[in-house]
Amino acid sequence: MADQILSFDEAMEQFDPVLGFEVHVELNTKTKMFSSAPNAFGDDPNTNVNEVDLGMPGVLPVVNKAAVESSIKIGLALNCEIAESCRFARKNYFYPDTPKNFQTSQYDEPIAHDGWIDIELEDGEVFRVEIERAHMEEDAGKLTHMGGATGRIQGADYSLVDYNRAGVPLVEIVTKPIVGAGRRAPELARAYVSAIREIVKNLGVSDARMERGNVRCDANVSLMPKGADKFGIRSETKNVNSLRSVEHAVRFEIQRHAAVLAAGEKVTQETRHWHEDTRTTTAGRPKSDADDYRYFPEPDLVPLVATREWVESLRAQLPEPPAERRKRLKTAWGYSDPEFRDVVNAGVMDAIEETIAAGATPAAARKWWMGEIVGRAKVADVDPADLGVSPEAIVELNGLVEGGKLNNKMAGQVLDGVIAGEGTPTQVMESRGLVLVSDDGPLLEAIDAALAAQPDVADKIRGGKVQAVGAIVGGVMKATRGQADAGRVRELILEKLGVNA
Amino acid sequence: MNELITSTATQLAEKLSTKEVSSEEVTQAHLDRIAEVDEEVHAFLHVNTEEALAVAREVDSLRAAGGDDAAALHPLAGVPIAIKDLIVTVGQPTTAGSRILEGWKSPYDATVIRKIRAAKLPMLGKTNLDEFAMGSSTEHSAFGPTRNPWDLDRIPGGSGGGSAAAVAAFEAPLALGTDTGGSIRQPGAVTGTVGVKPTYGAVSRYGAIAMASSLDQIGPVSRSILDAALLQELIGGHDPFDSTSLTDSFDNLAEAARNGSVDGVRIGIVKELGGEGFQAGVEARFRDAVELLRGAGAEIVEVSCPNFKYALGAYYLIMPSEVSSNLAKFDGVRYGLRVLPKDGPLTIERVMGATRAAGFGDEAKRRIILGTYALSAGYYDAYYGSAQKVRTLIQRDFDAAFEKADILISPTAPTTAFPLGEKLDDPLAMYLNDVATIPANLAGVPGLSLPGGLADEDGLPVGVQLLAPAREDARLYKVGAVLESLLEAQWGGPLLAKAPVLGTEKTGGVK
Repeated sequence: MADQILSFDEAMEQFDPVLGFEVHVELNTKTKMFSSAPNAFGDDPNTNVNEVDLGMPGVLPVVNKAAVESSIKIGLALNCEIAESCRFARKNYFYPDTPKNFQTSQYDEPIAHDGWIDIELEDGEVFRVEIERAHMEEDAGKLTHMGGATGRIQGADYSLVDYNRAGVPLVEIVTKPIVGAGRRAPELARAYVSAIREIVKNLGVSDARMERGNVRCDANVSLMPKGADKFGIRSETKNVNSLRSVEHAVRFEIQRHAAVLAAGEKVTQETRHWHEDTRTTTAGRPKSDADDYRYFPEPDLVPLVATREWVESLRAQLPEPPAERRKRLKTAWGYSDPEFRDVVNAGVMDAIEETIAAGATPAAARKWWMGEIVGRAKVADVDPADLGVSPEAIVELNGLVEGGKLNNKMAGQVLDGVIAGEGTPTQVMESRGLVLVSDDGPLLEAIDAALAAQPDVADKIRGGKVQAVGAIVGGVMKATRGQADAGRVRELILEKLGVNA
Repeated sequence: MNELITSTATQLAEKLSTKEVSSEEVTQAHLDRIAEVDEEVHAFLHVNTEEALAVAREVDSLRAAGGDDAAALHPLAGVPIAIKDLIVTVGQPTTAGSRILEGWKSPYDATVIRKIRAAKLPMLGKTNLDEFAMGSSTEHSAFGPTRNPWDLDRIPGGSGGGSAAAVAAFEAPLALGTDTGGSIRQPGAVTGTVGVKPTYGAVSRYGAIAMASSLDQIGPVSRSILDAALLQELIGGHDPFDSTSLTDSFDNLAEAARNGSVDGVRIGIVKELGGEGFQAGVEARFRDAVELLRGAGAEIVEVSCPNFKYALGAYYLIMPSEVSSNLAKFDGVRYGLRVLPKDGPLTIERVMGATRAAGFGDEAKRRIILGTYALSAGYYDAYYGSAQKVRTLIQRDFDAAFEKADILISPTAPTTAFPLGEKLDDPLAMYLNDVATIPANLAGVPGLSLPGGLADEDGLPVGVQLLAPAREDARLYKVGAVLESLLEAQWGGPLLAKAPVLGTEKTGGVK
């Protein structure tokens, strides 16, 4: 049965939302958290594994120093305190994606704790989100359930397990409860996850690609009656893995909770599954205090000591924070306030920076991203950066236009082809037969035909009404299916009719 | 009996280096001995005949060729060794004494095995143990008990009864054991052999199937103090694959064993490790040993470790807690036994459950259940948490004791070997066997057991335990060597010379 929901406005009239986020960041270290196996995405199943990742009898973990350094950097970027000494613990539960049937994680002694970040919304309003902790752990393997209709374990005939991801280093960033966002809660959710993604990408510690699961968000939502100060019962929507989904999931949960509470019922404390297709959540596992992972300190690892010298040397390596970076880029690119805000809000600042780095001018980069790609992303309902257009492709496309090989209309078609996966702009141009005709021979033929078809217009032009040339140009463009260089066509017509422009 | 099998490892190493005998001859002699007696002793779960002989021949040919390769051979090269079947080996099965791993072969070698291969010691095979090293008698092996060479109706100790019995029955001059609560030392005591639990972290645990990670330690089993020292030097040292491995070097052990001395050494008798529950004959041999040391110039002092009385209780919370987690990986998903439930739906939980129900024996299940309970929410502080506090108190007791004494001494086990089956249905009585050995594991300090003679009432071996501060393993060998030579002078040779004859020699009437 579908859940009842209240409209967002009605929900906001009656309730204040309280949010909380657990964001998992996969680190891009060369090797795994506790083994020397490669940390790589997209390889054949069960190839990036060794005896440690498979939980073979007798194996022992060894902490990846690079992962610890990345974790400390994340902690510092989130204004956290870095623990002088911390430990790993075992989280015990049986599940076949977890080779040891326990996850080595941090529990009561995280490496980083008590931090904050300021989140700026589209209109410039700033919310401070407090960070409870950022701790290190290892990722689980990946299960693929075969034979069922839903792809979930229920109803499947069998399941396949790929341990390539097992042992990939993760940092889990946990917020304190976020109160006071009000109706901006869904926006804030999106902006928060976006900020985390931006920070870890900027630190260079994660590839931060949400579509690959490098950044994964669990969103906690609860409501309390307006003006109350006691938190309501929360739900935890798991694995909301795009920025848009985070916003939608929070919004949906607010509306769903509101309906439950408005009906005088109690919200069930549970995990929820997010469904991108319907933009709804469904009930998952009931979550309660009875969940017992039997945590205890990992006896195979010694406490991890982060000396102050080490922490300070890592702090000194931190790159420019994103907010400061934005100020710098705006100046460098010469965009106006609204132009730059639009770029940031459209989520294409990084893409533009990469495009400029790949050789485009700031104006050209902005033209392509804001003028062409953002609109197409909106239609496709994905983030612009996820549309599959590389900075190199844009530079190439822009070069084709500036070099007179394509006009703007044709360039749009080439872009569609690139997005459709047809190849590089040049390949698309060739395979689609999009060639700008500026060779005078074929153009002159078309011009003759057009003049012959509209002799009265030709006469007007001869008579000095130069503005009438547009009708002839139009005829030529139509005849060449838009592939003619309109500027050149105009020149040739006037030349032919002996009129000086 | 063939001198090749009664020799110590040190004696064999000398004979090999002078080419008086070949490694192939020595290895074959031990394989013959295994064929002769192991049907009754059942020390081995797997005999590694071909590989052992191949390694032996390789050593022989290197030695025959002379030159740098021969000179570079490890002193123990060519001396055969038996491996407790808890330690993973490429090419041989590793069962941990459990049905759940029956037939499994490791894709990787334990660090100690890599070192043994590098030093070219022929591996004779894998020795029997209580399932996952849980027990004091080897009766909890899924593959049947090992028998004590001194009396085949009695237990050889445990969990490393196979390694101790193999060495006591002259099936191997050396063996590897693992010691979590006494699994090297207690079998040593009841079989009249030498067994050492090194300082925690002195020997890499990588590839030793974990029972209780914070307590487990691999160590040597032998028939002489010097042999044990040589073997510990070989297998020890820092290992980057084991985060708990120490960076200290332990390369002075054989030297300590060769230069035994107790002159001016303060030896502490631990008040709490004796008296009630200790067999009269054990205490008598223990007192004799103390008097010998006093006579050799040691200063005997008494120390008190009041918290040792809580050691067994703390151990039986910490160890099962770690067991419950360490043994979770045996679930039928990736390796080993997989059992499908007889009826009902085939879900992953039910397959895991059926596999574990069929694959684990009673003692393993008992400890998994105990540990799961002790770690549960609401019980953690009272059980696991309190036990860790006791552990700290025991460490402090050791610290205080080592202020007054350079080394501590006690009986290794409260009794001599008991009859097979006697304590099988009484886990608590079984657990009490380790009362004197467990404190060393809880504190991480090294301990050594050596033969102290035969108890008057039953004529069975008694073990004497020495305990040293962490990282001071050399002291065990220095003092142990003195006691060994004094005792052997009294006996007119090694204690094992008094052991009954086994195998065909028994009927051949050699004796």
